[in-house]
Amino acid sequence: MAIRKENGRIINGYPNRRADLRKHPRVRETIIQALLFLAGFVSIFTTIGIVYELGKEALLFFRTPEVNLWEFLTGTSWQPHIEEFGVLPLALSTLITSSIAMMIAIPLGLTAAIYLSEYATERVRKILKPTLEVLAGIPTIVYGYFALTFVTPLLRSIFGEDVVEIYNMASGGLVMGILILPLVASMSEDALHAVPNALREAAFGLGATRLEVALKVVVPAAMSGIAAAIIVGISRAIGETMIVAVAVGAGPNFTFNPFRGAETMTGYIVRISGGDLSYDSIDYNSIFAIGLLLFFITLTLNIISQRIVRRFREVYE
Amino acid sequence: MSRPNIFEDNLPTRQKTASVWQLIFLSATVVGIIFLSTLLINILNSSFGYVALEARVPPETLAVNGVPLEELPKEELVRLLQEHLSSGAFNKLENEKPFEKRSRSEVYDLVISRIVKYKVVESWNLFESLFRADEIRARVAEEFPEAELRFMSWLTVDTIRRPQSSEALLAGMRTAILGSLWTIVITIIVAFPLGVSAAIYLEEYAQDNWINRLIRTNINNLAGVPSIIYGMLGLAIFVRSLEKLTSGAVFGLVDPTTANGRTILSAALTLALLILPLIIINAQEAIRAVPQSLRRASLGLGATKWQTVWWHVLPNALPGILTGTILAVSRAIGETAPLVVVGASTAITFDPTSPFSKFTTLPIQIYQWTARPQGEWRHLAAAAIIVLLTLLLTLNATAILLRNRFTKRF
Repeated sequence: MAIRKENGRIINGYPNRRADLRKHPRVRETIIQALLFLAGFVSIFTTIGIVYELGKEALLFFRTPEVNLWEFLTGTSWQPHIEEFGVLPLALSTLITSSIAMMIAIPLGLTAAIYLSEYATERVRKILKPTLEVLAGIPTIVYGYFALTFVTPLLRSIFGEDVVEIYNMASGGLVMGILILPLVASMSEDALHAVPNALREAAFGLGATRLEVALKVVVPAAMSGIAAAIIVGISRAIGETMIVAVAVGAGPNFTFNPFRGAETMTGYIVRISGGDLSYDSIDYNSIFAIGLLLFFITLTLNIISQRIVRRFREVYE
Repeated sequence: MSRPNIFEDNLPTRQKTASVWQLIFLSATVVGIIFLSTLLINILNSSFGYVALEARVPPETLAVNGVPLEELPKEELVRLLQEHLSSGAFNKLENEKPFEKRSRSEVYDLVISRIVKYKVVESWNLFESLFRADEIRARVAEEFPEAELRFMSWLTVDTIRRPQSSEALLAGMRTAILGSLWTIVITIIVAFPLGVSAAIYLEEYAQDNWINRLIRTNINNLAGVPSIIYGMLGLAIFVRSLEKLTSGAVFGLVDPTTANGRTILSAALTLALLILPLIIINAQEAIRAVPQSLRRASLGLGATKWQTVWWHVLPNALPGILTGTILAVSRAIGETAPLVVVGASTAITFDPTSPFSKFTTLPIQIYQWTARPQGEWRHLAAAAIIVLLTLLLTLNATAILLRNRFTKRF
């Protein structure tokens, strides 16, 4: 389309039509923008949906005469068929399995991250980093299978079959640690790698060894990212479902012994909803109460992790 | 006059500590790799190995005039079926598909499954089968004299093509694989346009006001919500509240086998909500990487905002968006927990035919097979895991290739 000038006026390529260059409302553009905004708003609907639906059913659960909030939060027995609704057995086994997982994932994940970022050559790093990311993408049911068919028999042969039950928290926790390891390693490595080289070079220049540079300069500088990685790892462990559903057991059990079977919050939800479930039964409502608790725990952890990153991030340059 | 040399005094100790720790760091990485390779080896180990089979009717007794069962012609096999099955069962088979139209191998399979009826009495892993074969043979000869010992691969073309069954030897993954495909296709149809639109809005249109900040924070938080919570959301909204829609009643398309909202559609919508934040976050990064100069050039030539986005920003961001989407989709393919909550069916043997069919998916099939106490199902689960991991690995490799091949540097 050629633009010509005739008598000082801009004329477009078509004869006898003047180009209208004034701003005018464009309906199409507005509609598109509105549609795009709606797509963005779907995420808000999702959150509202989660809080509303979980809250609604949980409220029905707490309205039942047999249930009271105090007993729910402090009771040590979860036996819906004899009307005992204390969430502690479920919460305790979630806590135990997650702690075991973090005892594996934090030390191994952090040291692996330091190795990758500070010691490994660029070539090794280029191979190991994507490998970590692919491994983080293996479905959790595969890890559950591993826990049940490999780790449990291994534990039983080490500690004795009468000590370790077929379904036990230790096996689930250990495998959960292996599951979370790549996540913690990968996120911490990102944080370590982002520390500017000038800091390392300054430390080396003052005569520090590689270890001193890593532990006294790089790790403190990347602390916010590492802390965030750990918290995200914990939140992942608490919400992890298939490993515990397969390997940890199917019955609430208030015990501190990791070699015994128990049921975590997520495991309970899966078992109840996997069976034939009638709506408006107390079982149905109870999984929503536990789901709501789970949602708030993980949400709090995620918010804390974001805060840490924002507040304690060391900004360079 | 000598100055105290603070450096040389402790230098050997410092260097010693350094090398010890370097070893620790390296070994942590190695331990991690060992864990993960054990996982993969364990799965391969369970997928192959000896099985001891006991037949209800030993195949040798079915030989006709000295011709062994394997070499019998089709007509003889049909006659065998007629002899050994009740006339009702035989007619039912005839009605399903006339024997004239069945191939010899189909009829042979029927003879094995309906007359011979193998049963697994014991099974062994690959390593046991390789290194302790003599022991296994001796044991089988002693404990199960009737049994036939066979080296078996649980992962065959047949196990992939056969539908689900209540017999471990006849069970296959077809129902589950088709279920996974149906679910994932609908998930993509829903989640991809929604996710990309949201990302475009947030990167290109949104001003910095409270509502857009809220949307941003919210998406980051949603990415960290455990998947099982999405399952409960799906159960409450798609299965229960929108039952009319998800069961197909609105369209008059109710599958005769389902009477409620526990359908492929519900599962797919749930998974779509689950991966939406991941798609949005990845697409945002891809859009952000498109340089401002492109946008300014386009706007400067008189294009509208949408024309700029559609013709210049999106094409340049597309490889990144696709990579992110593939990664999100591979997450959805492997998800198990939310679908159990939404209500996957425990045992369906027929293929899904519409979005309103009952569903089962590959990970759910793995879960159910793993949860069964008998050992033979675990072998089958291992075979299914290999199929699932192969699928995911292919997807991930595609994503990485896309990223390396098409990412432009500006």
